[in-house]
Amino acid sequence: MNAAPSLVMETIVGLLVIASGILSFVGAIGLLRLPTFFQRMHPPALASTLATWAAALATIAYFSAIGSRLALYPWLIVVLAAITAPITTSLLARAALFRVRAAGGDAPPPIVTES
Amino acid sequence: MSAFLTHALDAALALYALAMAGALLRMLRGPTAQDRVLALDFITVNGMLAMLTLGVRYASTMYFVTALIVALFGFVASAALAKFLLRGEVIE
Repeated sequence: MNAAPSLVMETIVGLLVIASGILSFVGAIGLLRLPTFFQRMHPPALASTLATWAAALATIAYFSAIGSRLALYPWLIVVLAAITAPITTSLLARAALFRVRAAGGDAPPPIVTES
Repeated sequence: MSAFLTHALDAALALYALAMAGALLRMLRGPTAQDRVLALDFITVNGMLAMLTLGVRYASTMYFVTALIVALFGFVASAALAKFLLRGEVIE
């Protein structure tokens, strides 16, 4: 434990962490700006997939570097997110469909193709 | 720890905080209840990511356990809220 990681490894960790932050921020922008709920369901998946992968990879790289052995346990979070995110999303989509139809609306909205 | 890594971790934490603030805005404004649940789920995911980043920042394994617990409780909360929106009760 506590071996100083090389500068290359620290740069890789830093780039991965920044990528994770930017991806999560892009997800938040999408959550704020998209017009309908069924479109807004998509951007948060960016945070629970790509941003989580980048952060877990950064954690794996950093703890492997300072511990001088492969530390794969942060990948557990990725597995957990891969199991839980689709369940939450499909439950929410079903709830939204039910609520829109119960209110007399037409859901899902027709597909809009932008040219 | 090099200066680049320190600044990168701080920048990532700031970006997570901004993302959480945006989701909080959506949660306060959100026209329907499912928007608020979606924003809350996004906030818990961001909290989990911030815990992972803090673990690298302070080179401590304890933050990983916190991240795992935050992810688990976030899933339970979101699933229960979505089930409540669907049925009007959580356990039937």
